[in-house]
Amino acid sequence: MTGHFPMRQIIDDHGNLLDESYKKDLNEELVHRLYFHMYRIRTFDLKAKSLQRQGRIGTYPPFEGQEAAQVGSALALGDDDWMFPTYRDHGAMLTFGANMMRTFLYWNGRVEGCVPPEGKKIFPAAVPIATQLPHAAGAAWAEKKKGTKNISIAYFGDGATSEGDFHEGMNFASVFQTPTIFFNQNNQYAISVPIDRQMNSETIAQKSVSYGIPGVRIDGNDCFVVYLETKKAIERARNGGGPTLIEAVTWRTGAHTTADDPTKYRNKEQGADVVDPIVRLERFMKNNGYWDEKKTNSIHEELKVEVEQAVEAMESYPKANVEDLFDHVYANPPEQLLRQKELYMEQLRR
Amino acid sequence: MVISTKNLTETKSMTVIQAINDGMRVMLEADNTTLVLGEDVGKNGGVFRATDGLQERFGDDRVIDTPLSESGIVGTSVGLAVNGFKPIAEMQFMGFIYPAYDQIMTHVSRIRMRTMGHFSVPMVIRAPYGAGVRAPEIHSDSAEALFTHMPGLKVVCPSSPFDAKGLLIASVKDPDPVLFMEPMRNYRASREEVPVDSYSVEIGKGKLVKEGNDVSIITWGAMVPVVENAVQQIENNGVSCEIIDLRTLYPLDQDIIAQSVEKTQRAVVVHEAQGTGGFGNDVVTSINDTSFLYLKAPVERVTGFDIPVPFSALEDHYLPTPKRVQEAVEKAMNF
Repeated sequence: MTGHFPMRQIIDDHGNLLDESYKKDLNEELVHRLYFHMYRIRTFDLKAKSLQRQGRIGTYPPFEGQEAAQVGSALALGDDDWMFPTYRDHGAMLTFGANMMRTFLYWNGRVEGCVPPEGKKIFPAAVPIATQLPHAAGAAWAEKKKGTKNISIAYFGDGATSEGDFHEGMNFASVFQTPTIFFNQNNQYAISVPIDRQMNSETIAQKSVSYGIPGVRIDGNDCFVVYLETKKAIERARNGGGPTLIEAVTWRTGAHTTADDPTKYRNKEQGADVVDPIVRLERFMKNNGYWDEKKTNSIHEELKVEVEQAVEAMESYPKANVEDLFDHVYANPPEQLLRQKELYMEQLRR
Repeated sequence: MVISTKNLTETKSMTVIQAINDGMRVMLEADNTTLVLGEDVGKNGGVFRATDGLQERFGDDRVIDTPLSESGIVGTSVGLAVNGFKPIAEMQFMGFIYPAYDQIMTHVSRIRMRTMGHFSVPMVIRAPYGAGVRAPEIHSDSAEALFTHMPGLKVVCPSSPFDAKGLLIASVKDPDPVLFMEPMRNYRASREEVPVDSYSVEIGKGKLVKEGNDVSIITWGAMVPVVENAVQQIENNGVSCEIIDLRTLYPLDQDIIAQSVEKTQRAVVVHEAQGTGGFGNDVVTSINDTSFLYLKAPVERVTGFDIPVPFSALEDHYLPTPKRVQEAVEKAMNF
């Protein structure tokens, strides 16, 4: 099936363009936008990891190594589209417009972190696996019923393809031809379990065949192919062409979460040949005259400041409000819940 | 309390299933964001005919035959609901709801809390429940306690045609998700005059089915007629029974229970689900909390046994019978 679903690439590990015909699609603005966002979420990710080590936030699942997949796909979206991410997709969420301070809040155990900026259709990260695929199918179905051109994108990992909701979401989307992008990041491990223990198929992309929808396998560390193939799938969806399954092959550089030790299940050689997606883009920029050392340094500086300010804002955010425990479970909390609240608040005051 | 702005004098004799069908008809007519979706709900009109004629009338983009996929039905309903539609999703039998449990537990009931009200997924999940109709195995579960233990969800369970329509309409209008349990044993068991127009029966309010002085029997759904039947026998022996149909399990109408128990000073709770972990225990707890010192006897429970709902040949032995209710009342009276 790898023959039917060859891995598409636009640049190789050395940052060389593999097909000159793509040159027209890669303008300077796009190159810089991709670089800016990839570096931005990398800065966020490294900071989050370090905050966890210092005990300043809780357990955190790093996405290092998956920046091309997350940024390339998120930049392909339109402002009115829907995003259904997982807990490892805060890079995609930040790129699509999630608030960075609130993202830190989320990883510090604060529910405020799930609230998207007004007008941003970002669903809270799915914590169980694959449950967001039917949601994405449903939201896109609603857009289709309303007659808009908006689409939805669902992010999920390789482990998610083993879940029933993977099938149920893909199946609904294909039967009702909803404008949904199923964006898989195959980072090859679900915590400790490798992809060959998840499935007997050679590729994830080939699963599209069973739903009668387009599927494509791409190099998920090549930000250009991610961006352009996602864009293509989105355009098809906007114009009534239904859902697409995209398998972006990538590599989780670090641990599953800060509570995980990957040396228990991966040896040092594994992943040693994977070129970091940001390094690859830098090589491309240097090869093609897009690199400006001074400008790059100032971007790095600017991003460092943004992240530091977000951390500061997170740490000086008002303390969690106990009443919030009770106030958002129902639109109008039932009397028995109000009584529990009243009693507990009274107890706190004693 | 019944809420309506319309003239409710025009009525029609309906069974529970007809009233449910009419409730959906009313809401599909009133609001074109209302959708009905599920397995066999379209062309076939539902295996119980609950959605009979609705697809013909409202089209197949509003009354939708879905793949055979409970998690998919509820999961896509989450997406539809968060994006402006009001799904009425049918689980063909409550015994088949379990594949959707994750979606209901993790997402449907929680999304409002997780986003501090930014997103909500108001929807109605209809589920025919209960034993006593000689259905094949696994078709007869009464799983309300799995869902009353799920903050963020409301659990409604009417027993009569009038309440079925009014509560279904209230459920569709509710800003929060509602699990709507339908006692399939009552579907065609009785008729009642039901208004043709739209009206709501308030969620969270029980109903005094029959006044009495000596003992309160608190029940819901398919057990209401069983209790009524038992009470006829009991009252022949000179014991006056009050019957409360809870109609909604969460939020629970603690006031109607307290009021009745404080008057009669004895209580029996009757439900068909298994006793351990059953919702009847919450009713007993509620009585404990509000009215303990009024009681002249411990609260009795009549429930299904702690076994999986049996195959139909023995289901009559699993279900509470009028005789078991009668004996529980005697026990409470003779304490």
